[in-house]
Amino acid sequence: MGKKKESKQKKMTVRVDFTPMVDMLMLLITFFMLCTTLSKPQTMELTMPSNDENQNEENKNETKASQTVTLYVAANNKIYYGEGIPEYNNPEWLKETTWGSKGVRNVLREHATEDGTKPVKRIELAVKELNMDKAKNPKAYPEDSIFQKKLNALKKGELPDGKIPTLTIVIKPTDNASYKNMVDALDEMQILSIGTYVIDKITPDDEKLLKSKNVEM
Amino acid sequence: MGKVKVKKSDVWIDMTPMSDVMTLLLTFFMLTSTFVKNEPVKVNVPGSVSEIKVPENGVLTVLINPQKDAAGNPTGEGQVFMSIDNTDQLGEALDMVMPDVSAIEKEVFKREAMFGIPLEEMKGYLGMSTNNRQKILPEKGIPLDSIDGGMSEFQMWVQAARTVNENIKIALKSDAETPYKTVKKVMSELQDMDESHYYMITNLKVAEEE
Repeated sequence: MGKKKESKQKKMTVRVDFTPMVDMLMLLITFFMLCTTLSKPQTMELTMPSNDENQNEENKNETKASQTVTLYVAANNKIYYGEGIPEYNNPEWLKETTWGSKGVRNVLREHATEDGTKPVKRIELAVKELNMDKAKNPKAYPEDSIFQKKLNALKKGELPDGKIPTLTIVIKPTDNASYKNMVDALDEMQILSIGTYVIDKITPDDEKLLKSKNVEM
Repeated sequence: MGKVKVKKSDVWIDMTPMSDVMTLLLTFFMLTSTFVKNEPVKVNVPGSVSEIKVPENGVLTVLINPQKDAAGNPTGEGQVFMSIDNTDQLGEALDMVMPDVSAIEKEVFKREAMFGIPLEEMKGYLGMSTNNRQKILPEKGIPLDSIDGGMSEFQMWVQAARTVNENIKIALKSDAETPYKTVKKVMSELQDMDESHYYMITNLKVAEEE
């Protein structure tokens, strides 16, 4: 008979060339890599006191003199501090220090209240212990809020072995202090786990004091 | 001699795994990244040990750029620019501050990464070409002083943003070298309208210990 009917299906491998696809993807990746930022920038939270005058008057003078440190952030990377109630007529009250761990951080750490405790040092130690405890058994802190709660309690001076008075820091940046220095000062508060600090304006009295010490403002 | 026959073989590289990897990478980049904002001025933010991130959305960014004199020393004056990350809210805020704005002008405004033009020049600015706008913007800034003792334009913008989105967060972004008095001006304007809680954008820095 005639030809046998070709019923055998030809098996062929289908291969799609992916090279153009790869080219295109490469272009897209390059585009995304160049035009985007991966990490979100860091921030600092800051709550300023309200400008409401009457409210300010009431809340003033709440802390004891020995628990207050005033930081004067001056121009040219300089920082000055004074412990206790400002003595505007005494240039000796104002002392110069430096930025960083050996300067202002040490001053705050070693600042003792009238009963001899060094609140900053003790709170810092307690916070360190809390962090270590968290690293050791993370199961005890299933949520971050529990950790934050404990941290805030420590910042308020509620240590495991009793409540201690905490320090209040008044930060007064002068007009020509750089923004970086102000952020640095706030940073020290964060490093030392100081809970109560405020950024205040330079008063005419402060100005006189700084002038008597020949501080560049 | 017989001919030496070079065997021609078809080299076919399978690109499928490669394309798989590429797709993965692309997906990763698309999901994790945010686009760089085209800011009118470049600022160097100071470093800090704070590890809090900028909130995901609903952020009103206030960019403060210190004005420098010819020698490069800050004069104490500063320019202020703003941006709202949600373009719909940005449009609504514009409606509130400038009720007489046309639809086309609003579209142009919404496409800008940051704004910082005094209101009286806004109309003319929005009518310019893109190139001209980019050239002129770094020289402007939102005025912080009010002429008639009322609200300054800066405060009007903040209030509009607050009305549009009551949970909006304010983030200050300022150059590390900015004199404090420039930042203070912005801060006290915010304080005057009871906006006392805000963020300050910083870079991550590791704390040095002794």
